[in-house]
This record gives sequence, C-alpha cells and structure tokens, in this order.
Amino acid sequence: MKEWQPKILAILCNWCSYAGADLAGVSRMQYPPNVRVIRIPCSGRVDPLFIMKSLQSGFDGILVSG
Amino acid sequence: MGLKSRSVMVVGAGIAGIQASLDLAEMGLDVHLVEESATIGGRMPQLDKTFPTNDCSMCILAPKMSECARHPNITIHIKSSVTKVTGNPGDFTAKMVEHAKYVDPVKCVSCGLCEEKCPVKVDDEFDMGLRKRGAISRSFLQSIPSEYTIDKDRCLYLTKGVCRICEKVCPAGAINFEDKDIEIELKVGAVILASGIDAFDPIGFGHFGYKRYPNVVTSLDFERMLSASGPFGGHVLRASDHAEPKSIAFIQCVGSRDESIGHNYCSSACCMFAIKEAIIAKEHMKGLESSIFYMDIRAFGKDFDKYYEKAKGQYGVDFIKSKVSEIRELENGNLSLRHVLENGKIEFAEFDMVVLSVGLQPRKNSVRLAKNLDIKLNEFGFCRSDTFEPLKTSREGIYVCGAMNGPRDIPESVTTASGAVADAVKYLRLDRQEIAEKKIPEKDIVGDRPRIGTFVCHCGINIAGVVDVKDVAEYAKDLPNVEHSEDLMYACSQDCMNTIKQRIEEHGLNRIVIAACTPRTHEPLFREMVSEAGLNPYLFEMANIRDQCSWAHMNEPELATEKSKDLMNMGVAKARELAPLERLPIEINPKALVIGAGLAGMTAAEALADAGHEVFLVEKEAELGGNLRNIYYAFDKDPQELLAEKIKNVSKNKLIHLFKSTKIEKIDGYVGNFVTTLKTEKDEQTLEHGIVIIATGAEEHKTKEYLYGESSRIITQVEFEEMLHNGNFPTKKLKNVVMIQCVGSREEDRMYCSRVCCTKAVKNALTLKKKFPNINTYIAYRDIRTYGFREKYYTELRDLGTMFVHYDLDKKPEITLVDEWDPDSQVNVTIFDPIMDKEVEVKTDLLVLATAIDAKKENIELGKMLKVPLNADGMFMEAHVKLRPVDFATDGVFVAGLAHTPKDIDESMAQAKAAASRALTFLNKKAILAEGTICEVNDSRCTGCGYCEQICAYNAIEVDLEKEIAIVNEALCKGCGACVASCRCAALDLRGFSNEQLFSAFDALEMTNILNN
Repeated sequence: MKEWQPKILAILCNWCSYAGADLAGVSRMQYPPNVRVIRIPCSGRVDPLFIMKSLQSGFDGILVSG
Repeated sequence: MGLKSRSVMVVGAGIAGIQASLDLAEMGLDVHLVEESATIGGRMPQLDKTFPTNDCSMCILAPKMSECARHPNITIHIKSSVTKVTGNPGDFTAKMVEHAKYVDPVKCVSCGLCEEKCPVKVDDEFDMGLRKRGAISRSFLQSIPSEYTIDKDRCLYLTKGVCRICEKVCPAGAINFEDKDIEIELKVGAVILASGIDAFDPIGFGHFGYKRYPNVVTSLDFERMLSASGPFGGHVLRASDHAEPKSIAFIQCVGSRDESIGHNYCSSACCMFAIKEAIIAKEHMKGLESSIFYMDIRAFGKDFDKYYEKAKGQYGVDFIKSKVSEIRELENGNLSLRHVLENGKIEFAEFDMVVLSVGLQPRKNSVRLAKNLDIKLNEFGFCRSDTFEPLKTSREGIYVCGAMNGPRDIPESVTTASGAVADAVKYLRLDRQEIAEKKIPEKDIVGDRPRIGTFVCHCGINIAGVVDVKDVAEYAKDLPNVEHSEDLMYACSQDCMNTIKQRIEEHGLNRIVIAACTPRTHEPLFREMVSEAGLNPYLFEMANIRDQCSWAHMNEPELATEKSKDLMNMGVAKARELAPLERLPIEINPKALVIGAGLAGMTAAEALADAGHEVFLVEKEAELGGNLRNIYYAFDKDPQELLAEKIKNVSKNKLIHLFKSTKIEKIDGYVGNFVTTLKTEKDEQTLEHGIVIIATGAEEHKTKEYLYGESSRIITQVEFEEMLHNGNFPTKKLKNVVMIQCVGSREEDRMYCSRVCCTKAVKNALTLKKKFPNINTYIAYRDIRTYGFREKYYTELRDLGTMFVHYDLDKKPEITLVDEWDPDSQVNVTIFDPIMDKEVEVKTDLLVLATAIDAKKENIELGKMLKVPLNADGMFMEAHVKLRPVDFATDGVFVAGLAHTPKDIDESMAQAKAAASRALTFLNKKAILAEGTICEVNDSRCTGCGYCEQICAYNAIEVDLEKEIAIVNEALCKGCGACVASCRCAALDLRGFSNEQLFSAFDALEMTNILNN
C-alpha cells in the first residue's frame, strides 16, 4: 500500500504567490506534487468559509498565501 | 504647429522606456520601442529588492513588462539600434538595424533545451558573471520576449562553422542560421531617449582589489547573490571558501563624487542601495554584522530617512563616516580595510566580505547614440538637458528620460518618462479614442446548459515530457458537461487556436478550459481567441499544468499526471459556473482640474492645454506662482524669468481657465466624471471635469529653534535669498555668515529630509561668495545632500573656502546673542568640529537657518474629498512609491510638486508633466471600460453596515444612507474581493471569482479524494 500523502489546497494571490509558484516552475524548483492551486485576485478575497469548505471537501491542509 | 505624426520612437526599454511607451500607447499612439539587448526590462530585473519598501523588483516590474508586450499599439524591436534620425520634429525619419536573432520567435517555445545542450559556456552578464550561459540564451527567466536568441560572437557555428547542436535538439525547429540583420526605416513625430546608465566598473581601482580578491564584490554582484532567482538561490557565499560571511563592509562612492576620474557628481541612488543591501543581508543571515563606510548618507527621497533610521536602529547597521583608502586580503580570505576617520585618525577594520557601492555612469554607447541622433552630451557624458527644460535634449523633438541625463532612482526614472511623453505629444497627433467595437458579435448563451470544451497542451515536450497529456484529455471527457476534449501540440500557436475556434463552432461549445502553461502570460491571448469565436471572453478558464506542474514535478510523471487531472477537474468545475461578463463603458469628460497654481500646477495645466484639453486652474492665493515667487537663484538660471514666462503662458492660453483667490469647497464623482464646487469670497460655482491634478505645494516650517525671531540677524534660507537678491541685509558690515542645515528636518516629528535645503545653502553661499569674496561662510550640516550634478557646486563652494562643519543630532550648534537686549544683535555660534576634534566658536553677523518643508494642513481636507491618502508626514501618498509615482490607487487623480514630497524646480516640472501625461492617458479616450471581474451587491441581503466601505482600498463601494444598501462604483472597483470576504451577510460577491465558482472548484476533487484515499 502506498504511504499516505496529505492533499493540500493552495489558495494563491494572482499577483504575488501565484506568480511565485509560476517562477518556481520556470526555475525548475521541485516540490511534492500533492498540492492543488486555486488562483484568486487577492488574498483579501479569502473568506474563512473557503477554508471550512475545502476541509469539508476532503483536503487535509490549506495554504493561503498572498 | 507644423507637422504631426501618429508614430513615436522610444529608445531603450528599461523601466523609463517601458513607462514612456505605455503612456504613449494608452493615448492611442503607435510606439516603436527600440532596445539593444534581447529583452525589455533594463536594470530592474537584476535587482533583488527595491528601497524603501523592500518590494521584490522583478515582481513589481513583470506586470509592466507584460503589459508592454501585449499592448496592441507597441511594437518591440529587440537587438536593435538606431543609426540615424533625419528630418524635423513632427516628421522625423529614423533608421535602425534590427540584428539577426537566429531563432524564429514564432516557433520558439522557450523550453531551454538549446541552451542546455549548447557546448559554449560564457560568463552570464545578467548574473554579473556569477553563472555561465550558452551562446544561445535568454537574459533571464521572465525576459520579454521570452524566446531565445543566439549571441553571434560566441556561437561556434557562426564563428567557426561547426556545431549546430541547437538546431538538432530544438523540438520546435526554431533555429534559423540564415537569419540576417534588417534595416528598418520609421516615420516618427518625436523620439524619446531612455537608454539608461552603466554601473561604474571598479576594476581600475587597484587599491580595492576588485577581481583580485575574490571576496570583494560590487553592489550589483551582491544584488544577484541576494536574489532568490539568482545564481546562488539567495544564499550569500564568499567566493574564496563558499562560507557564509559573518561581517560585510559596504564602501560608498566608488566611482562617484571623485574628481580624479572626472566623476564630480553624486550617483544619487547608491546610499539607499547600500542601506537596502545591508538590511536584506541581515535578514538573510542571522547575526551578520554590516557596516557602511560613507562620506554623507544621501537619503534625500520620500521616506528614505525613515528607512535609514530603521537600518541604524532596528537592524543595527553600523554607519561609519570614514574614507576607505585601501583594502588588503588576509590569509583566511578576510579583508582588512584601512580607513581615515573625520579627525584624520587612521584605523584598520577586518571584514569577511566587502561590497563596493559602485556609482552610475553614462552608457558605453551614449557617445555613439548622441552622434547618430545629433544631440549634445554634458561635461560628464550624460545627455545634456536644461534645469528649466529638464526633459529636452539639445535637438527639438527629441526628449530624454530615466537616468540617461543624470543619475536617478526608479521612481524618478518613471516620473521623467511620463514627463517626457507630455513634452513629446507636442509633435504627435492625438485624437480622442473611441472604445474599440467588438469585431465579432457575441453569442447569447444565457440559459443554455454548459457545453464545455477542454484542450490539453503538450507545449512540445515541456508538458508532454512529464505529464501524460493524452490521458488527461481522455480523463476530461468523462467530466460533467464536457462535450469535447483533445490534446494539442502548442495550444497558443495560430493553427491550434484556429482548431479550437473550429471546435467551438462544431460542438456548440460555450465554455473553454485550456490546460497549459499559466494564465498570467496566456490568459489574455486565449480570451481574445475565445471572443473571436463569438463567445464572451470571460467564459474561459485555464489549468496551470506546466509552470505549476510538469516543470515542478519533473521526476514524478505519474503524480504530475494525477495533479494535472485534478487541476483540469477543478478548472472544469469552475468553468461550469462561469457567466458572461460585461465591461461597462465609463464616459470621460475631456476637461481637467488642476489644484494649485505654483510651478507644478502651472506646468501641468500648460501641458494639458498644449494637448488640446480645457483646464480649470484653481489657486487659493490672489497671485500665481506659489513658492517659486521666493526663489531668485538657480545657479546659472533665473527662476523669476521662469515664473514670469509661466504666468504669461497660463494667463494667455484660451484653454486654461484661471480661478484666483478661490477655494475648493467640494469634489464629488469618480474618474471621467468629477463635479467640483469652487468658492470665492463672492460666489460659488460648479465645474465638471474628467481628472484632477493635485499641485497644492508645501510651506516653509516655522521654527522656534536657534533663537529664531529674537534677532534680525537670525533668518531663514528663504529670507536670506530675498536679501541676497535685493541687498537689504540687516547689517552693512557682513564678515561672517553661518548657516545651519536640517532645522526641523530629520528629527522626531519630521523624520524626513527636506531635500532642497543643502542645494539651496550651497547655491546661496556661492552667490554670496561671488558677490562678496571676503565674507567668511560656515555651513553646519548633518549630511551634505547635493545629489546628482548638484555635487559640483558643493565642491566649487568648498574650493572657495567655505567651512563645512559636521554636527550630529546630539551635538547641535549652540546659539547665544552677543547682546541679549539688542534686537539686531550679533550671534555667537558654538559647535563641535569633528575635524579639529574640539569645540569652536564663531561670532556671526548673520545666522541662516535651513528650515524644513512642511506639508500643507489643507491636504487633510482635500485628501478626504478626493478619497486619496496622505503619508505620516501629511504629504500625499502615491499609488506605488516605485512604479506609480504620480498616480493614486483611485483612478483619475494625480499628484505633482511639493504636495507629493519636497523637491527642486526641475523635479517639480518633470513631475507636473508626468501628472499631465498620466492624465492624458484618460482624457484622450472618449470612454474607458470598467473591469468585468468586479463586485456586486445582493440588495435583499445587504444591511448597509458599511464594513465593506471601510475595507475597500479603492473607495469603490459606498453605503447609500437612504436605501441602507452598499453600492459598488463599477468604474472604481478593481475586483480584489476584499469586501466580499468581509461581508457578514454574504450580500457581496465577486464576478469571475464568485463563491459559487470557487466552491465548485473546491468541491470538484471531493470524489477523487475519496477514491484515492
């Protein structure tokens, strides 16, 4: 059986962290593939409900970055 | 006016060239942006952070670069140089050569395989030689254009006729060794020069051992070391032993303020640059000791002194006023600095690493460029311009900006760039632009069930080399509402986009999801494609499976494929909820309001009127001119002549409506549609206008220090200048004159530098010395801040024998009256002189105080009316200190002159022109489009609590007090969604990123998650 890996949702601001995630790719920085990214226009958009909703949907961890 | 053209050429694509191009393009003009290197961006991409906010340089620049690349009115010519400009203003013929790139930019997908396999390895210029690059390369990862080019002087095939490996490995067949230089001829109305500066190369300074001692680096080398995307990934290491340094010394003025090499000027930016590097280095390395060896710390810009104080206090950077005369390397690679303190004492200090703060100097190619364009250079080799025409070259119709005509930092480069545009439009044809009609009518899809088309891009092998794209496309077919799914080689290529448009037609698709590179670069292109297929451009979603997947998980293809499926799944889920969005037109009233008729206000009004716009110029005083009325000297120029000319110009210009002795009572409205009430003693009237320029100026600080007011012999610099002019000194027998700098400035209540006082003192002392050579002059100073070319006047004054005595805040000069009872008493000044290392006393006939510049109290009220912020010192705060120096976050409001921060005559004029130019980008349009992705209010849920109104940074939402509901101003909303998250009643939502859309994306994986676990 495969070792359990958490699924992480990253909610990223378009202008900084999402751009940073792009840059990480362009720079070929390698990181674990168990993160799923959602792009938002500003981290100010993040409603606490997003976190609850994502956990409810089965994500094991949420990263909000902006 | 004679000939006018719709085309304009900008030479140099650094931040100044980019800003000038964007402003011109937004006015509807055709811009040719000519750049010698292979990318736009200039120096900024090399910088890690920018002072005084420590913003990431690349992060703030990148959006401007891509805006420039995408703008339909801008043509970028890389690897191009101007060879000749003939003809007259309004009708120039510019010749240039576009050099061969040897890579077809249409085919190149920037995968980088070619450079990886290129056998040539040379020092990479962008990374200051700290890394190697191939003969085929691109400057940096985010370069624009992103395609690779071949360095023909390094390429084995082009120099020796062997190799061609890149041609074999290129998956896109983009290499073209047959490429040739092309000569291009352009008809342009005006030329803006922005070809920038070089950093001083300290290789000739043997006593500092650069390149000889591995641990001596320049400030630019160090910048690349600090950069997270730099060659060391942001880890500062010594070249000698790859150890992390424990102590770093920064040496200022390397190649600046140095008459021995003909650089009798200050490079203006290096003090702040070094302070920034010292701070960032301390953040990178815990326990690091950083020391700055300096002559004067010239932190003269807006909020710079606060940054300097923070470096001293919070970060513990050690500032040592001492001149380093020699560096020697010790056995362990450490460096021993021999330095001379103020009192002449020689000391030695040991450091692990030394950073040379290299100055700025004219570009190597500036002489050639000047010859080709027939323009003159100044004594230092910078482009020549005049104090009262700061952006004009010696040739009519050719303008200059950025650091090309004098050392400048980023915000001033941006300011001068916009300013040069306002000058250049004189020879350009401006027509008010309509909103471009949609070429293809939009299909009405409201009420139709979602029919989603999904496309998965291979991006050559960039995605397909890791992710099983066929599997992802196959997977997408089974997702709900997906009608069609396929994989494409290069989704962004013209033929693939045609395929997508065809599929939209064939399958009646009404929503498109493309899994490919990243929306940050490709969303605009794909949106355009979608609208060409007759769909609303907002019915498009992207899944990022390259930058954030295949490139980041190159060794885990299976998991990367899983992730791609999930991202596709989430994209489809969001797409299902997408709705067509409309961008509402906002009409723009072409008239302008300029508040304040000092030099800045009059200059701005004149620039706007010259571009054909009606201007309301409002002045609260009875006379025009503001602070300029009190300035009589500007070295070789006469400010009173400038004043008279400006007053004449604004008074006789029929497009400028003057309102003297008039106050602003009220300002309502938003960009394009302002309504302002003016009030005079007699009556009130309202005006309608499209934009506002704030040019309200500032005032002299009224000091109580140094016994000001107790003797007629104690005066301010402003009073002194007037006396110099009309000869009415309080005494006939002037033997000693003492000046004290920083009276009120750079202290607790006013932690900012008033910027102009050092130059003013030097200027007035020089004038005095020239009139009366026998008078002894003394200047008590904290740091002499004669930045840029002002430095030469400082050295001239020193040579004439003026004594400069340095004092610190804890040892201020002490003042007593010789005769306490005499209102015209002479004054005793006692001050500690660090050079003589003892207290000295001077009995002076005049004591001149350089009092600070204070913000106007009225700023507070005006700021509230216009909904724009002030900084802690009461000066207006621009939208972004670096890249939006005259704008506010609120569209349609601009600032110029002292209302922004203290500044000199030339700087006020440049900024006024910049504000006019930024205003013209709006005024020159009949209407603008509001964003599609903006907030909306559900009236039935809103309680009118007003929390959103407090949260909104753009003042785009307001509670209607009668209806008790919030109302979004669609013209102002930037779509950040902060109000949505703040709303307690869930009455707000953000179009394009609605709760429903985002929740749908979160939920999409629920099933897959359950199955996987």
